[in-house]
Amino acid sequence: MDIKLKVDASGLSCPLPILKATQGIKTLQPGELMEVVATDPGSVKDFVAWAASTGNALVEQDSANGKFRFVVRHK
Amino acid sequence: MDETISIVLFSGTDDKLTAAATLVAGAAALGRPVKIFLQYWGLDAFRADRVTADHGLAPEAGEAGRAAVDAAGKAGQAHWLETLRMAKELGDVDIQACSASMDILKIKHADLDPIVDGIAGVAAFYINAGEGQIIFI
Repeated sequence: MDIKLKVDASGLSCPLPILKATQGIKTLQPGELMEVVATDPGSVKDFVAWAASTGNALVEQDSANGKFRFVVRHK
Repeated sequence: MDETISIVLFSGTDDKLTAAATLVAGAAALGRPVKIFLQYWGLDAFRADRVTADHGLAPEAGEAGRAAVDAAGKAGQAHWLETLRMAKELGDVDIQACSASMDILKIKHADLDPIVDGIAGVAAFYINAGEGQIIFI
């Protein structure tokens, strides 16, 4: 999987993870992948909502050791 | 459905400003247009000379609330002004100062932080709000 951009939103609370994601996705071209890592538990539902609303695809998500990882494909 | 979110920001304590900035940033991240109308103490908080000063907390915070909010600030929560700036960079966020509140508080446009886009009356606020939701804080 060719991740074009990695965004570390660890330690940041809502709404900063989705703001950082919005900042990041704007730098990518359609089809490119962005990975976001967050520690805010609210980010799990937020990224689902954000992807659904913006049309960017949430292609992967998992969690381990208190970290939540999301991979988003620019629409 | 009109996706515009309009927020009347009346309160000027840092907790309510932070809560408002969070709602603004979330809407902007989802691509929704946001209109903010600053009245009274919400407007007063945007005076350029003290916009990042301590604006206190709502009375119900108490000492424990104060300590919790201070800890959050140190632990990675951005200042509400910074959150608003990021939201403005990423999305369609318009901030207008209520002209009547400007009069009452003797505030001139030049006194306000440049994040404030302009001055408007309540009729313009309603027209811009369209059929979208209006939130009062």
